Amino acid sequence: MNLATQPENRVALTGNEAVAHAMKQINPDVVAAYPITPQTEIVQIFSGFVADGDVDTVFERVESEHSAMSAAVGAAAAGARAMTATSANGLALMWEILYIAASNRLPIVMPVVNRALSAPINIHCDHSDTMGARDSGWIQLFSENAQEAYDNTLQAIRIAEHPDVELPVMVCLDGFIISHAMDNLFMLPDEMVTKFIGLRKPEYSLLDVDNPATYGPLDLQDWYFEHKRQQVEGMKKALDVIPQIAVEYEELTGREYGFFEAYRASDAEALMIVLGSTAGTAKDVVDAMRDEGHPVGLIKLRTFRPFPMQQLVSALAGRRAVAVMDRSDTFSTAGGPLFHGVRHALYDCERAPLTSNYIYGLGGRDVKPHDLRKVFDDTLRMGESGRVSQPITYLGVRE
Amino acid sequence: MTSNEKGSWQTPKPTDTWKDVPRAGVIPRGGNASEYITGGWRTFRPIYNADICIQCRLCWVFCPDSSIMVNEDGEVIGMDLDHCKGCGICAAECPKEGAIEMVSEEY
Repeated sequence: MNLATQPENRVALTGNEAVAHAMKQINPDVVAAYPITPQTEIVQIFSGFVADGDVDTVFERVESEHSAMSAAVGAAAAGARAMTATSANGLALMWEILYIAASNRLPIVMPVVNRALSAPINIHCDHSDTMGARDSGWIQLFSENAQEAYDNTLQAIRIAEHPDVELPVMVCLDGFIISHAMDNLFMLPDEMVTKFIGLRKPEYSLLDVDNPATYGPLDLQDWYFEHKRQQVEGMKKALDVIPQIAVEYEELTGREYGFFEAYRASDAEALMIVLGSTAGTAKDVVDAMRDEGHPVGLIKLRTFRPFPMQQLVSALAGRRAVAVMDRSDTFSTAGGPLFHGVRHALYDCERAPLTSNYIYGLGGRDVKPHDLRKVFDDTLRMGESGRVSQPITYLGVRE
Repeated sequence: MTSNEKGSWQTPKPTDTWKDVPRAGVIPRGGNASEYITGGWRTFRPIYNADICIQCRLCWVFCPDSSIMVNEDGEVIGMDLDHCKGCGICAAECPKEGAIEMVSEEY
């Protein structure tokens, strides 16, 4: 009998509610938060748990996201389990401190409800906020639905605090599509979460006066480079730790997690790679096209940072064509951030597929099954023709 | 013992690698600021001339880096060149010409 999938643990929650409940079960020592749409509900609901005495958390109502992340940094350096949550421009305001959190190796876990960056002002989903932070040294996990947002939040605690990793984690979930839509998911019983996450065991603590430690000292030409090299090692170790934690989590829940989900991909000639909620729509399209006999499949990437280069190459080698879906742009005129990673990974692959890039869904522009069917049709055609006629396509824009 | 272990921590040696030094630059020991040698930042070096000095201690008052060394009686005895950054405030404030002279470190 699997407790985690018993009917009494099945709930109807929005993505934001699911994440807030995950935070309640985590019972972090400190949450420092500032509201921003579409994330606001997470910390608003969580503040209710604080007010009702359901958690032991110190809840800091700070004056900005810069302060929220700064408070989380201080709390984490003191040895606390610290969390916050944000979106879009709020994440942008945290920028400076994101790097400081990662570089100080502080295992802060932060749900980020993906939203377009201004300007023009837009509150709806795209990935430009977290993609902008992709090189800040944070681990980034993307979620397809509320279940994954919940599951990723719990696993993120373990990944972040693993002694070989000690890096902060962003749990990314699509604004409104996941955050505000009611979903049907399984929650773990509270005691199961408590046991799964355990206690944080920091190597140093600012509050341990018997063993004083200095965080963030001046570090110039002499050792800064070595500390950056250590940071890369933490990310490399995360490539080992993420699957280990996923196995433990699967034993509890029966739900499988890895770097990516390969959906009907093993014999596919044309593959689509996508992040987040669009994967749900894409699976329907794959099913429909498979029924018609088309050899299509899907790679839903969960782990964007660290980037699972070798694992992706193994999944893509020998395929004819791959469409890489980016819900943000780099404005480099050379394609989106996921495209950069995938094409880069394939350069040394002897049987590399052809790749093309689709920038889609900016500012919450809906992506419909017929849009994705067009991408699969184009990708099948690209595979048959053996050449990339259009490397970058803006999907769903008025041309 | 490696330099990573608590309590035994020493300033890293030049031969240490990224694997040997504490994570994230954390210094796992308190009261260590004086061990960070900043004298190498200097462009000008203060030269103290005890024969001319009148022991007014204005240099000691004004030094922003606590680099004016004094003896048990509080008398100026010279400069701590491991930490003096060569700002020249001591020489500028000194009322006796020639008691503190700034000379170029280029030689």
